[in-house]
Amino acid sequence: MKKLSFLLIAFVLILSACGGGTSNNGGSGVNRAASTQNTSEASGGTENPPAEEPVELSFYFPVAVGGPITSFIDKLAADFHTENPSITIKPVYAGSYQDTMTKVVTAVQGGNSPDLAVLLSTELYSLLEINALEELTTRFEPVYFDGFYEAFMSNTKAGDQVWSVPFQRSTIVLYYNKDKFKAANLDPEQAPANWDELRDYAQKLTVKDGSGKVTQWGLEIPSTGYQYWMLQALALQTGTNIVSNDGKEVYLNKPEVKEALQFYVDLGRKDKVMPEGVLEWATVPSDFISGKTAMMFHTTGNLSKVKADASFDFGVAYLPANKTYGSPTGGGNLYVFKDIPEERKQAALKFIEFLTQPERVAQWSIDTGYVGTTPAAYETELLKKYVADFPQAAVARDQMEYASSELSTYQNGQITKLFNDNIQAALLGNMTVEEALDQSQQQADEILQKYRK
Amino acid sequence: MTKQMLKDNLLAYALLFPSLAFLAIFTFYPIIKVLDWSFYESVMSVKRFVGVDLYQQVFQDEVFLKVLRNNLLLAAVTVPISILLAMYMAVWVNDKMRGTSLIRAAFFYPTLLPMIAIANIWLFIYTPDYGLLDKFLGCFGLEGQSWLGDPKWVLISMMVMLIWKEAGYFMIFYLAGLQALPKEVYEAAALDGAKPFQRFRKLTFPLVMPTTLFVLIIATTNSFKLVDHLYIMTKGGPNNASNLLLYHIYETAFSFWDMGNASVLTVILLVILLAFSIIYYGVLDKRIHY
Repeated sequence: MKKLSFLLIAFVLILSACGGGTSNNGGSGVNRAASTQNTSEASGGTENPPAEEPVELSFYFPVAVGGPITSFIDKLAADFHTENPSITIKPVYAGSYQDTMTKVVTAVQGGNSPDLAVLLSTELYSLLEINALEELTTRFEPVYFDGFYEAFMSNTKAGDQVWSVPFQRSTIVLYYNKDKFKAANLDPEQAPANWDELRDYAQKLTVKDGSGKVTQWGLEIPSTGYQYWMLQALALQTGTNIVSNDGKEVYLNKPEVKEALQFYVDLGRKDKVMPEGVLEWATVPSDFISGKTAMMFHTTGNLSKVKADASFDFGVAYLPANKTYGSPTGGGNLYVFKDIPEERKQAALKFIEFLTQPERVAQWSIDTGYVGTTPAAYETELLKKYVADFPQAAVARDQMEYASSELSTYQNGQITKLFNDNIQAALLGNMTVEEALDQSQQQADEILQKYRK
Repeated sequence: MTKQMLKDNLLAYALLFPSLAFLAIFTFYPIIKVLDWSFYESVMSVKRFVGVDLYQQVFQDEVFLKVLRNNLLLAAVTVPISILLAMYMAVWVNDKMRGTSLIRAAFFYPTLLPMIAIANIWLFIYTPDYGLLDKFLGCFGLEGQSWLGDPKWVLISMMVMLIWKEAGYFMIFYLAGLQALPKEVYEAAALDGAKPFQRFRKLTFPLVMPTTLFVLIIATTNSFKLVDHLYIMTKGGPNNASNLLLYHIYETAFSFWDMGNASVLTVILLVILLAFSIIYYGVLDKRIHY
């Protein structure tokens, strides 16, 4: 009996030891990266010239659109390693944007900061609040930043300081079904240019069957998850942005925003050219592809998907103007972190420069459907040829002239959520436009108050 | 206490040690930590002791109250229906007849799917106009609703989906319970001329009560734990009409980075679940004959 129990205890101990071992191995790549760093620092020293010192960078990135993004990133990392044998990029695929942000913040707060990450451009102020970022203003020549589209740069800045570099960026465009346009006696090469035309076209494109039931809608603007983004587009077209450039002020109840939300609400509830109520973000492209709606507002990120799946000829156009054209930008930027040794920062900057060379930006845009971040990318043979074959891809680029920064503030998650909730309440008719926007402004002011000192 | 008993106890603790250690690290420690954090206002880098202030605030928070109401409603509807359905299905497939195993597999199949896959499937089912449900209703000339876009319908739509997923899972427990029942009592009942429904009400139902208690606890806790589908289907909308407590906690913690409030909400969730367990085990348990 005694023997047996000892045996059992020994067995249990071994088991738990194994368990412990596994969980250690399972620990994030950051640990391993950190230990590599330590050894390289120790062994580095005097005899080796600095260029020879091997540096390993952990690069967190999310996958937010379709396509084999991870293999593209792996290839970029490998190419970079060939060019710079002393630097190894270790891409860490971290899930969605939200998951990546969660991992990064946890890592930063745990003192295990990653070296480089792709995160939403709108997370800027959240990252600043935990003091996680390396400022990039003086790290590059000003002319380097001038190479990007201005609308993309505006989300990299807090005031005049630059904190990130545009990478996988998108914007909103109008998709329309040319076959449906022909069927409704509309010129398929002429998309609606302003709100009146948009409403008018949408009316002509709304088809009802004998019983009065709608079988085809004129227009769909999604209203889950990103309704703030859609409303922002409408507000920009009416002549105002809803956010200041320091992340401390929002202007959610300006008259222009009210006009914009009223238009958004009326399309469904009054003009009856858009389904009433809330339209699921992911369902809208399926509706467009299946012909249930003749036009939609959606991200350029879906261009490749629509191109692959639509069985009809479709057009892409600027979002119609009210007083002006306008669309907010979206998507992710490259961030470098503060709490890492200088040589790794240098390596990260080098990698960023590598990623933003025109040829690579062009290839990335073709592979993923994101908008090329620099005008220079559109001058490359690669992208010129692609745009010639697929002119829809050029629309987002041309619209960049009218684009503006996306809603991004301190406490961004909370502000976005309350704004989203109130917009939905207005779309559902539970609140008037005034109530929804005044309440949003008031709630946002309460949250942002403490940052305004 | 004899020496032998001491030895046995020692052995027992040695055997329990690994799971106790894991329980302590991944359950008890986080619970204590969450309790601790719930007394601090902690947003991003700021952390400040505020006592029970956050608790007072949370009960005035409209979103929280709505979310809590949604969740209690969801539990109140899905738990009894899915349990009754599970019992019904189990009694049905317990009989020996042709094709039983196929039917069992069919009932159990929703459980095998990951919640995310289910959410995607049902997203298509609920799609207005050309979704499966609306097409089906169209056959009878009925007009569908905006199932996920209308606050009146969204929670009901979720409930139907959860019942579909959960009932098959609970059926397995009942099936196991039914097969362990003694044959003699049924033979005696048959001799006395009991009708099938009488047999169910007087024999089967009371005899599977231990299973019911177990399933009741699993079902209730699950109705607070299953939130993955929200991420895919509605993100809690429209205007929080389908938002649930755990998803609200997730958003508060990892979208707002408001750890203080998230901790408060977590403590509330813990208290609710604990209360259910105590009621079930403390009250129902005494009325059940094992």
